[in-house]
Amino acid sequence: MEIGQHISQRYNEELEQIRNKVLQMGGLVESQTKKAIKALLDHDQDLAKDVATSDQSVNQMEVDIDEECTRVIARRQPTASDLRLVIAVVKVITDLERIGDEAEKIARYSKKLAKNPNVVDTHSELSHMSQLVLSILHDSLDAFARLDAEGAVEILGRDEKINKELDKLSRLLLTYMMEDPRHIKNALRVSWCARSLERIGDHAQNICEYVIYLVKGKDVRHTSLEHIRSKYFPHDIDVSES
Amino acid sequence: MSDILNTVPGMPSADSLERSEVKPENHRSEFDVEINGTVGKPFVDNAKMSSRNCNVFYGDKQAIFDVDLDIGNNEILAMIGPSGCGKSTYLRVLNRMNDTIPICRVEGEHTLDGEDIYGKKTDPVLLRARVGMVFQKPNPFPKSIYDNVAYGARLHGLASNRSELDDLVEASLIKAGLFKEVKDDLQKPGTGLSGGQQQRLCIARAIAVDPEVILMDEPTSALDPIATATIEELMDELKSKYTIAIVTHSMQQAARVSQRTAYFHLGKLVEVNETDKVFTNPEHQLTENYITGRFG
Repeated sequence: MEIGQHISQRYNEELEQIRNKVLQMGGLVESQTKKAIKALLDHDQDLAKDVATSDQSVNQMEVDIDEECTRVIARRQPTASDLRLVIAVVKVITDLERIGDEAEKIARYSKKLAKNPNVVDTHSELSHMSQLVLSILHDSLDAFARLDAEGAVEILGRDEKINKELDKLSRLLLTYMMEDPRHIKNALRVSWCARSLERIGDHAQNICEYVIYLVKGKDVRHTSLEHIRSKYFPHDIDVSES
Repeated sequence: MSDILNTVPGMPSADSLERSEVKPENHRSEFDVEINGTVGKPFVDNAKMSSRNCNVFYGDKQAIFDVDLDIGNNEILAMIGPSGCGKSTYLRVLNRMNDTIPICRVEGEHTLDGEDIYGKKTDPVLLRARVGMVFQKPNPFPKSIYDNVAYGARLHGLASNRSELDDLVEASLIKAGLFKEVKDDLQKPGTGLSGGQQQRLCIARAIAVDPEVILMDEPTSALDPIATATIEELMDELKSKYTIAIVTHSMQQAARVSQRTAYFHLGKLVEVNETDKVFTNPEHQLTENYITGRFG
């Protein structure tokens, strides 16, 4: 989708500024998530503390961007793609803020897990799942920055992998817990972290849905992936089949 | 003032003088985008008025190119577009107002309820009673409020005696939402009313002859927001009885009052769609550019 220039230069700048702030917020949330995951995998207590206390700035950005969107709606009465941009931004930042919350949760659990590491060894599973989640988060922010609906649809298909990883990990944790009830405490913490990771993936997917809304003007929430592909991206199917 | 201008998308920026002269590289001129016919849904099932292959010329200059458009029964159709795009000219085609311009030539088929309005049998005066018009500037006759409203009814002999005429005037003023304000001053001159009241008086005058279609050419562009809101509210009520076509420069107004919106550009009809669709997800790039206030 191409975004042309408004006659009003200031209107341009306002929308551009909102977009930039969202990308900035996305960058911050992404680095929070990375840090939280690193703290979890490396049993790094200091890093975990750092993430757990820096959620504040993400929250503040959400409030600021919300306010700016309200101002643009009141003063400019955006229409068509501008309107969709503002609406999508308002929704994207809600999901970004939630991702920040999940990162904070992961950091809090990993602080506790770091005190007695290696009791429950799920390092490789968690690391694999984290990589998947991080790539989804990164790519969905990228799709938002480049207004790339095709990219967004591709990301929507990756959720299944994360769910499978979560299943695998849960089974592993169950065996640990059955082996020795003293493992239950830590196994639950790991399980909650995995759950948070999965939630981050879900929020990133929501962002992809807003990108499709923004670019195509179609609301694809609560729609199956096959339906989205066949209805709005018939071209992709032709390519992949041929 | 500059703030007000800047809050209206599509209005030229008030600080355009200070703006840098350099245009962005991805600037696309309005001539870059080709208009190949109309996108969207120009036709409806229950058409009250319709035009096919409408071409209008002022002398050698063509003002409207091949417009096909239906106006549905009891709907409000908004026509938007930059100045000189032909929307007002098209509106005037619909009740033969262009007949009064000697160099103007209208081609194509234009029907009201399936009857050819440019046919030999059609009397333009009777046509204009069925297809009324309200103009940008309120233009009450220099007569009393009562006579303003009664004028058309007298001309067309719609009332047989004084009390019938009184009832008609009162009913029209009530429909136009003006009666309460003027009921004790019916004999005072219509020109003494405020702008918004004058415009409602003109609407009352238009509906007094019981038209089927009301054409409005920027009816609120000279009015304040409150008078504008009153007239928009009035349009909403009127649409249950009449079919309304409105030309407006205010996109917010088109978005507020209409069910369908038609976008004209350089004499061509670019897009017609449900108003909801036009203002959230227009099909044509030119429509998008215009309603978001981008370089056309």
